[in-house]
Amino acid sequence: MKLVVNGTSHDIDVEPEMPLLWVLRDELGITGPKYGCGIAQCGACTVHIDGEAVKSCQVEIGDLEGEVTTIEGLGTPDALHVVQEAWIAHQVAQCGYCQSGQIMAAASFLATNSTPSDAEIDEAMSSNLCRCATYPRIRAAVQSAATKLSEG
Amino acid sequence: MGKVKTIARRSFLIGSAAIVGGVAFGTYLAKRAIPNPLLQGLAEGEAAITPYVKIDATGITLITPRADKGQGAYSIQASLIAEELDIDPATATITPGLPDPAYFNGTVLAESVPFPAYDQGKIAETMRDFMSVPAKLLEVQITGGSSTVPDGYVTLRMAGAVARETLKEAAARQMGVSRDQLSTKDGHVILPDGRKIPYSDLAPAASKLDPITDIDLRDPKEWRILGKADTKRLDMVAKCTGTETYGLDLQVEGMVHATVRSNPSVGGEMVGFDATEAQSMRGVSKIVPVSGGVGVIADNTWRAIQAVNAIEFEWGPAPFPESSEQMFDILEAAVGEDDKYDHRQRDEGNVDDAVTRGEIIEASYRIPYLAHAPLEPMNAIVRVTDDACEIWTGTQIPLFVRNKAAALTGLKPEQVFVYGHPMGGSFGHRLEMTHVEQTFELAMAVKGTPVKMTWSREEDMAHEYPRPAAVAKARGKVLDGKVDTFDMSVAQSAIVSGWFDRLMGRPVPGPDATITTGSWDQPFDIPNYRVTGYRAPDMVPVTSWRSVGASGNGFFHDCFLDELIHAAGADPLAERIRLCLHDTSRKVLEAVGEMSDWNGPSLGPNRGRGVSFCMSFGVPVAQVIEVTNTEDGIKVDKLYCAVDSGPVLDPTNFEAQVSGGALFGLGHAMSSELTYADHATEQTNFDGYEALRLYQTPSVEVKALSNAQKIRGIGEPAVPPAAPALANAIFAATGQRIRELPLSKHIDFV
Repeated sequence: MKLVVNGTSHDIDVEPEMPLLWVLRDELGITGPKYGCGIAQCGACTVHIDGEAVKSCQVEIGDLEGEVTTIEGLGTPDALHVVQEAWIAHQVAQCGYCQSGQIMAAASFLATNSTPSDAEIDEAMSSNLCRCATYPRIRAAVQSAATKLSEG
Repeated sequence: MGKVKTIARRSFLIGSAAIVGGVAFGTYLAKRAIPNPLLQGLAEGEAAITPYVKIDATGITLITPRADKGQGAYSIQASLIAEELDIDPATATITPGLPDPAYFNGTVLAESVPFPAYDQGKIAETMRDFMSVPAKLLEVQITGGSSTVPDGYVTLRMAGAVARETLKEAAARQMGVSRDQLSTKDGHVILPDGRKIPYSDLAPAASKLDPITDIDLRDPKEWRILGKADTKRLDMVAKCTGTETYGLDLQVEGMVHATVRSNPSVGGEMVGFDATEAQSMRGVSKIVPVSGGVGVIADNTWRAIQAVNAIEFEWGPAPFPESSEQMFDILEAAVGEDDKYDHRQRDEGNVDDAVTRGEIIEASYRIPYLAHAPLEPMNAIVRVTDDACEIWTGTQIPLFVRNKAAALTGLKPEQVFVYGHPMGGSFGHRLEMTHVEQTFELAMAVKGTPVKMTWSREEDMAHEYPRPAAVAKARGKVLDGKVDTFDMSVAQSAIVSGWFDRLMGRPVPGPDATITTGSWDQPFDIPNYRVTGYRAPDMVPVTSWRSVGASGNGFFHDCFLDELIHAAGADPLAERIRLCLHDTSRKVLEAVGEMSDWNGPSLGPNRGRGVSFCMSFGVPVAQVIEVTNTEDGIKVDKLYCAVDSGPVLDPTNFEAQVSGGALFGLGHAMSSELTYADHATEQTNFDGYEALRLYQTPSVEVKALSNAQKIRGIGEPAVPPAAPALANAIFAATGQRIRELPLSKHIDFV
């Protein structure tokens, strides 16, 4: 089986029902996407498939169509994505375990709506859990990133 | 004055003298200096001037022994050292180091003395200082009790200062000048002529000197790092780029993956199992019975989880009742019963006499079991060989893990290496180590191979040692528009005794202070005032949960006080301020009033607000929550929080901890509970165990006062006041007084 992650092609030999999350983590050693619940309730495993945010614990590898981007492919410490810049500026993370998923969800959302209302942010970001409750800073960081994106 | 007599009558509670009583110690032991662990195995050219600073040719390593579970412990410990060492902490390597008795927590037991935190009289303070002795002798290297900052505030700055002065001394001898002619900046010693010598060049010479210890710490006015408004956490970039390595992300060469399923009735045995199908599943290499269950070793975590799901089990009986209903019946039967009496640390005026006349107000309260449910499930990597045991895991109790590993593997403690990792949350979950013990068992079965064991979310939730459920019965009286009598009885199973038994193999005798922490110790002066703890039998094994006893007592105490104030016809904020006997606390109440423009609990039609107060871990916290009663349910609009924990060292992270703590308390108060049926938790994942999400999050405003003399930790104290502030706000908006958590059992939230 072939899959493309962060622009790199990989050959893997796994059962088709293995979730993308575990292919990434345990077969390819890409650990930015996190395991939190395995049932699409927490969002810590969020990645992009062709730019769209999906919960990688729910994607069976045999059903995967499209290229995968993980937090590692979104931006790096030396070349941050605008959403990551906003997250750092607002010092969002506490334990940080959910933040890969939060950032991937926000990046995908803002790519389709760079002038979101507060209600739209709340709706888009509510399927990602943060047990440290960094939510006020998540809200502020999404707004900052949106402003930056809409200014072009 | 009967003060001393009163104290003499009180018994020391668990966590203090009961522990001390179990340890035979003399002056020698108490005063003995613990050797610097970094000096063992030091290579030529490396210097370890204190247990916290290591310098070699490649740079500076700061040892930050308190675990980082998200509260920013690594950053603040590194900043405390760096402030006096004169380095940029971002340029240093930061590591928790190996566990060692040298890193005992001298502060974590301080508030277990039988004095409320606002009593800073001589006797209370002497006894608090004394509590560092059992902490040292019991080798309590622990992260908890909001103690990282108070414990490290002097110790870590002094470690930086000792290293700095010793490096200067090395430079002085090398250059033939006196030390006081030298200064330091950015990791260099500066010579009188302006030339600079990097610390790393001075390490070989410094390592041969006796550390310079006769030093005064700098005046806070001279600080360059601490207390600055734009502080940044050192782990922020890693955590926003997916490059932080949590325990679950760590890859050790040659490791295999594993998971465990054990009796869903925590503590129950496994009678038998059939792994025929699991054995033949792809990737499975070994099925290993472990204590209370079975582990599967495989080549991928998902395959291990699939295989463990395919095993048929026969479980032994549960060591606790079948259902939450039965457990609450036991709690209700315990409260107020003489034979369950545990302790009474507050008894002022004459409650028994006061309640013989006038109108008596009575109320009963309940709180549920709660899961910690940090987002990173419990995990550990362990490799056991004939002469060593290596453990990679995120833990709040590394020295206990080391000692347990030594006992289970038969190795000496110095042959056990615990490598701590940043944690994806804890909230107290990682004060336990069942998952690490299970991983030892798996690693012993495949000696030489590192085993990475990951609990599934379902296993994690089933194997919670939860926050205990509790009930309170309260009665009181008002007189002339004022609160006159407050009498509260709380029943709960003990937390500390069972926890110590799991950690050290011996339960602690004596009372359990956590039953009333957060209600007996509040800074109010009520004419007749009594709080009594009743110890319910052990049921589900329980442990500390962020803010421990105060997580429930804050709700009980403040909500009943609110009821009495309402009955008195007084203003909720004004009457709390009138009753408050502690200046620092009173100013916190006044501050939250100013923040929220308080002028009474009503905010117009269908809107209301509640005020609350709880002092925990020595930190007074007041909150105001505003709500709207919409057609679809309660909307939480705004949360104000005023706090006084003394000087604020990292304002950015301080705000994060206070806001996060308050919202953690709020979310659980709204809708979280762990319930039991058929001797197991009914919630198995985040679909059943509800947690706060963004759409329900109010805006939050935090204010720090710094009137308190002592510096305190802030990871927990903002949690307890959120539940009562919300319940009081709902009463203001709807007239409905809810006395049971979660509030969603009685009212809807939008």
